[in-house]
Order: sequence, then structure tokens, then C-alpha cells
Amino acid sequence: MSLLQVNNLGVQFQTPDGLVSAVNGVSFELQAGQTLGIVGESGSGKSQSVLAMMGLLAKNGKATGEALYNGQNLLTMSPKQLNGIRGDRVSMIFQDPMTSLNPYLTVERQMTEVLELHKGMTRREAKKRAISLLEAVRIPEAARRVDMYPHEFSGGMRQRVMIAMALLCEPEILIADEPTTALDVTVQAQILSLLKDLQRDFGTAIVMITHDLGVVAGLCEKVMVMYGGRVMEYGSANDIFYQPSHPYTIGLLGALPRLDHDGSELVSIPGNPPNMANMPKGCPFSERCTHVSELCIGTLPPLAASAANPAVLRACHKAPQELKPSVEVVAHV
Amino acid sequence: MLFRSQQKAVAEAMAANLSMAAVEGRSPWADARERFLRNKAAVVSLILLSLVVLACVFGPMLLPHSYEDTDWDAMAMAPTWYNLHLFGTDDLGRDLLVRTLIGGRISLMVGLMATIASVTIGIVWGATAGFLGGKVDTVMMRIVDMMYAVPYLLIAILMVTLLGREFYLVVLTITVFSWMDMARVVRGQTLSVKSKEFVEAARAIGVSTGSIIFRHVVPNLLGIVVIYTTVTVPGVILTESVLSFLGLGVQEPMTSWGVLIEDGTGVMETTPWMLLFPAAMLSLTLYCANYIGDGMRDALDPKDR
Amino acid sequence: MSDKKLILSVRDVKVHFKVKGGNDWPWTPKKTLKAVDGVSFDLYEGETLGVVGESGCGKSTLARSILNLIPATAGEIVWMGRDLRQGSEKEWLAVRRDIQMIFQDPLASLNPRMTIAQIIGEPLRVHRPELSSDEVMKRVRAMMVKVGLREQMINRYPHEFSGGQCQRIGIARALILEPKLIICDEPVSALDVSIQAQIINLLKELQREMGLALIFIAHDLAVVKHISDRILVMYLGREMELAEKHALYDLPSHPYTRALLSAIPIPDPKLERSKQIQILQGDLPSPINPPSGCVFRTRCPLAEAQCAGERPALRRLSADTQSSCLLA
Repeated sequence: MSLLQVNNLGVQFQTPDGLVSAVNGVSFELQAGQTLGIVGESGSGKSQSVLAMMGLLAKNGKATGEALYNGQNLLTMSPKQLNGIRGDRVSMIFQDPMTSLNPYLTVERQMTEVLELHKGMTRREAKKRAISLLEAVRIPEAARRVDMYPHEFSGGMRQRVMIAMALLCEPEILIADEPTTALDVTVQAQILSLLKDLQRDFGTAIVMITHDLGVVAGLCEKVMVMYGGRVMEYGSANDIFYQPSHPYTIGLLGALPRLDHDGSELVSIPGNPPNMANMPKGCPFSERCTHVSELCIGTLPPLAASAANPAVLRACHKAPQELKPSVEVVAHV
Repeated sequence: MLFRSQQKAVAEAMAANLSMAAVEGRSPWADARERFLRNKAAVVSLILLSLVVLACVFGPMLLPHSYEDTDWDAMAMAPTWYNLHLFGTDDLGRDLLVRTLIGGRISLMVGLMATIASVTIGIVWGATAGFLGGKVDTVMMRIVDMMYAVPYLLIAILMVTLLGREFYLVVLTITVFSWMDMARVVRGQTLSVKSKEFVEAARAIGVSTGSIIFRHVVPNLLGIVVIYTTVTVPGVILTESVLSFLGLGVQEPMTSWGVLIEDGTGVMETTPWMLLFPAAMLSLTLYCANYIGDGMRDALDPKDR
Repeated sequence: MSDKKLILSVRDVKVHFKVKGGNDWPWTPKKTLKAVDGVSFDLYEGETLGVVGESGCGKSTLARSILNLIPATAGEIVWMGRDLRQGSEKEWLAVRRDIQMIFQDPLASLNPRMTIAQIIGEPLRVHRPELSSDEVMKRVRAMMVKVGLREQMINRYPHEFSGGQCQRIGIARALILEPKLIICDEPVSALDVSIQAQIINLLKELQREMGLALIFIAHDLAVVKHISDRILVMYLGREMELAEKHALYDLPSHPYTRALLSAIPIPDPKLERSKQIQILQGDLPSPINPPSGCVFRTRCPLAEAQCAGERPALRRLSADTQSSCLLA
């Protein structure tokens, strides 16, 4: 059995303009120790999917489908049961560390509280463990800094404190929602290498939500590409990066300025991001797709195993070889 | 690739141009109006308040009684059809309906004038402090802080007892103590608008300071000013009532809701309608004004966008 | 590059701010924050200079000092042979016709209470008051088409547009006076990848067509590589390296440039996993109290005793590269 199995997850929001579907039919599996990258642009539903699993949707949101953690459905759990899992077996880090650190408590108090609650440790044991974790995330002088308040740390340090807090109870799953987006590249590099090391040492499974394909390439084994609230393509990192078979993935890779090779012109995806309140009837990407046909506009393509490579799931009416010309363009840009 | 999409856009634009004129944009104000009209409580309140205002303005002209004449046939009479004393009469035989409407005129007038005056002072004070910043800002806002610390009822009582119970004095007293909120809010908003990128963009273009203030900053202050104005009105009406209730309002036989309520409270056990009708009118007005204020806030609050 | 005309020459520009600590007494002397501390570069006609660095390196402040949005405290800013810092307010106004700016947050840089026509037309109203309103509208429409906006949108308001479209409006506003230089302050970092590519391509296209010079500020070295001819790397208000694009990416001379380059994630799993990342230790020092000598020495893997001594200036290593590293 997989550690986390998500089946047909959907998220709807009740808005003044009617019911808006932010996520539709998202399914994936996560094995122990594995890393899954969820990639997408703003409004793709990548964050809402995991917030739904963690029971953290905004008040007007509603989740459907199921998210099985060790066979238990997180979506139908009582808040009490969920609290037992959240922060203990599954923990989450966010883009802005200040949203989850309490500015009025010292880091020590915030960390020991979690351990006292979930692990029944004494304050003294808990503090020792907190210090050892701060050392693990490479915070210098951890024993001294543990008594400081969050605002006394720099941005990168704060994010490391967050990671240390998330790892306190040695969770089986760490969900990271754009953890490095607000950071400078050199700090991002520090955090990413830290995550890799921690995964190796603790064997934590990671769900990495990001818009940066470079981050995914370095960290993730499996990649899920989302657009307009739906999964476009799902497969191993190598398949997604070297043989993308969905027009959106191909477009995304082509639109990226690269350090590793020279290109004079970026292949841009025409048009604008979709409006969640007014999604096209068929494929959400149909309005911007260069391969669009009548079928794409009228009918939603199902997420199914690719004919060319059964390990890859894709939601596209066109066969992978029909998209070939663009694939080649991308390959030698 | 882009070139192609650009050409496509050009072609599209040209084709569309032949067939249709420019699409009218929906200004933020139009959006706000629509949101306001969707808020049922606010719309109902707006209608009710309009009715109250209309009744106060035109009612006394249509009714056969005057607010100061005694009806010797009907002293302290309960509401009745007799002689059309629909709200009854007071212990001097004066028609309560007319007195309530006349009192409403005074209360609403005081509310309106004191609001206009305090909003004007607040905007000028707050915007000046916000624009100029630095030491000027510090001094101006410290003065506001000091105003908050002044025991307001005490000063109000002093002013009225020293200078007499005149209509304009009541307005003045209320104004002096109600412009500070607006000043603070406007200053805050000015500071935030001033640091917006579009103001910097205007400076980069070379737009003059005057134009920046009038074309870029002021229009973006209006939303919050409208919201705060609608919140100020009920507060000011209430203050007038409090002053009148304490005997510091307008002079007999002229009256206001506060004066009427004060009179009514004294005879609550024997002639309860003398309290009930003015109090109901005041409450209705305050409720409506507050709901309209809420509706305005929801409609204009930029966080929604 | 040398045959091109020199249009802007920045010499040893400093922007210092007086700051007060939150808990200081009113009489405590103010400290000096050195946001930009002695930066020099030249810009030629039609060229793109990329300015990169991490947050707090002073790149945005430098850009604003060129436009006098934040006045420089020292140095020379020579535009077409005239030192602007000696000039009057009137001279600055004339220069603003030739130098325009594009901002980071596409929506926030547009006044929400103005229509697109008013926004794009505003520079014309300021600098060309002699034009009739029909003529202004004609030019606005032409410019909208040029940046890929549909003309029917002319009476709409900014909140009715997506981020990418808002950035096109910002570009149209900057281009309508046909300037010679556009300063782009992180114009794509708030945009999604697919939209980012559209805007970069549009800028390059317009640059070719109108012979614009660009100063392109960004923290993303991959984006900068794509659009720039030469690149200036900044750290803590100082110049680390100024080099031709290929020289910088192929043979970075400064240890900071190398660290920055190695930190950028490459969207290629095999390359990304096999590359050697040079992780910088520690945090950015405070610009109020920067390290002596080379400001990078506290985090530099190669630092030696001599780096703490005198402050290194940019020196030419080759035809294409200038570096401020003593050891390069």
C-alpha cells in the first residue's frame, strides 16, 4: 500500500459569482521516501490540492474525492483525528515562514509545544531535541538562537526554522508549498540541498509544490504538471523533462530561459492564463494550445496512460507523435 | 512565435475594429455600485433612510399642525385618528408626529453639516500630513492624539454653557471632536497610495507634483473617504442626541430627536409614546446609516479585488 | 561595441540613506545605509545591460537614481554628455522623455482609477501638450497594437486585465514617447513562466525595431542571460563583475558570480543532479555596517588576509571582463 493515495480529488469554492472549481480529478500516489513535484502556474490549483488534503481550505471551500493516508481518508476525518496526523505524521512548510511562526513566541516555545503535544516529552527533553534539529538544518549557534523570536532570524534562516519545526516529529510526509519562491537563489540553493540531505537522513517523503521547473529537476522523482485545476501530465522526472508528451509541458519547457544552452528566441505560449470562474468546456489548455482541434474544445480529454510510454499519464486528445515537431524544436533549442 | 501571435493580434484587432467600436470599460466605481446593489440589507436601508429624510423634509408641510401650537382638545393624548394626531400629542398638546419630523430635520441637518465639516477638516489635515511627511506629519498627528485625550463631554458642556445653545454651536462642538478619525484614516491611505508603484511610475514619466496629487493620489483616496463618511453620519447624529439628552442641544420650542427622547423619558410611565416614536425614528435612522456604511465598505474595499 | 554611440555614463554613483534605529532616542546620531556605494558603468546605444544581484544589493536603487526618483548622494550620471546631477529640475524633465521605466508589479504600477487610454497617453500629455486629443488617441491605439493589446480594450480599467496584459500596458506607456533608454526593474519576476517568455520576446522585438537601449534588472540570471549583451553583477551596493554575456557565463571571474551561477536550478534532471553547487555560507551582512575591504570576503570561499584591507575597484582582466576580485 502506498503511503498516500489521492483519488479523484476536487476542490470547489462558493463565491459571489457562483461555484468555482479550483481543482478537478487529481489523483496520485506517494510511496515512502519518494519525492513528488507538483508544477503549475498561478491558478493551476496546485496549492489548493494539498491544502484540501490537510483540511486547510478557506471557509468557502469544499473538497471531494478521497486522500488516503495509510488507508485512512483525510478528507472525511474528524478535526481531532486530523490534528493527530497533521504536524505529526504529515507536516507542511509554506512560502512565507512568518505565516506559520508565531511572532510572539520564541522558537524554543513553538518547537517544544509541538513535541509536548504529539510526543508527550518533557520541556527539557523537547528543548534538547529542538536544538538538535536546528543543528540538523544548519543553524549556527543553535543552542543560543533557539531562545530568539522569529523576527530576529533572516529570511533564509526562518525558512530553515520552519523546516526544523516540520521535521520535529519525524513525519512520514513533508508537504512544501513553494518553500523557496520568496528567497534569493543562493539561499534557495542552501534550502534545497538541505531538503535533499534531510530526506536522505530521515527518509521523509516530500511533496514539492513549485512553479520552478529547475527546482523540480533537482529534487523530484515523480512530476505532476497541472493547469487550470487539472492534471495535464504525470510521470517520472526523466520522462517529463526529456520526453514531454503534453503540449502544455512542452510549451512550459520551451518558455524557460536556460543557462545551460543558448537560444535566441524563447518559445512562448500565446494567450493568457485561464479564468477559473469561466473555464473552457473541453481541455482547459485548449485556448492556448497550438495543436487545438474541434475535439479539444468540446470534450475534456481523460487522464490516461500514454500510448508511447505507459508509465506516463497524460490528458490530451492528440497522440504523442502528433506533437513531435514541437518536441524536436524543444530538444535542440 | 511571438511575432506570429502579435501579427495575429493585430489582424484580429483590425478585423474587430471594422465591426465594433471600443468596448466600454467598467470603472472601479461601476463595480462598486453593482456590489452595493447586491447587498440587500444596504439597499433596503437606503430606501428606508430616503423615506425618513423625505418625511422629515416634506411631512411638516403636509400635516395640519405646527410644531409649537397647542391643540387644546388633545393634551397628552395617545396616538389617535382624532385631529390626525397619529403619534399622539405631548403634555402641552403639541402634535408629536410633526415634532418628531421637525426634530428629525434638526438631527439630520446637524448630522449632515457636522459630517461635512469634520470630513473636510479630516481630509485636509490627514492628506497634508501624509503628503508632507517628516516633521510636519509628526507634529500634526501628535495634535490629533492630543485631541483624543481631551475629555470631550466636559468641553462640550463648557462650550455650550459659555456660548449658549445655538444650532451652529452644536454643529461646531460636534465637529471639533469628530474629525480626528477621518484625519487618521486619510493620512494612512495617503501614505499607502504615495508608496504605490503607479505614483512612482508617474514621477518617472515626469508628471508634476500637483498632477500626481490630483490625478493619481486623490482619486484613490475617495473610496475610503466615502466609507468613513457613511460611518461618521450615524455617530454624529448619535452625538447630537446625547448632547440634547443632557440638555445641551437646541432650545425650546425648537426640538430634535435627542430633546424629544429626553422629554419622553421623564414621562415614560404615563405617556410612553412620547419616548417610543422619537426613539424608534432615531434607531431606524442609525440602523439604516450603519447598514449603508457596511454596504459601502464591502462595495469599495479594495481587498475584494 | 566601441563603434556604438555612448549614451549613458555612470561614474562612482553612491546612494546613501540616513536611517534611525527603532529604539533610538531622537538625539542618537543617525546611521548611514549604503544602498549603492560607488558604481560605474557605460551604456551604448541599442545595447542591453543586465544588472543582477540578490535582494538588498542595490540594483533597484541604482536604477532609480538614474531617473532621480531616488537622488544619488555622490558621483556623476552623464546622459548624452550632460551631467544630470548638476542639472536643474527642468533638465531632468527633458531627460525623462528619453529615459523611461517599466516596473516589477504590473498591476500596482497602473493607477486603478484610470482607463488604459489615460494611462498610456499620460506621458504624451506631460511632454507633448501641443498634441490634440485625437492625435494622442491615435498614437495610443497604434502603441497598443504594437505591444499586442487589442484596440477595443482602450477604455477598460487595469483590474480587467491579467498580469501579462498589464505589463504590456506598462511597456506601451514607456514606449509612447519613443525613448532611447528603458530601465526595466524586474519586469517579469511577478509573471508566470509562459507569460514571462511573451514579455521577454516582446521587449527584444521592440528593442530591435526601435533601437532602444535597455537596462534590465533581475535576480534571475537565466532571464538576464537571455536578453542582455553585457551584465553587471552587484553585491551589497558594490560592483563585483561587469562582463560581456558569454565571458560572464563561460568564464565567471568573480567568486560571487560563480556562486550565483551555480545556485540557479537547471530544468534538466541529469545536469541538475550532477552539477556542483557552491553553497554560500552565512547571511548577507548589513549594508549599514558592511565588511571592510571586499564586501564579499565574509562569505567568499577564497578569501585571504589581503581581501580585508583596501577596497578593491573594478579592474579590467580582459577585453570582455572587468572584475573587482583581487585574486582573479
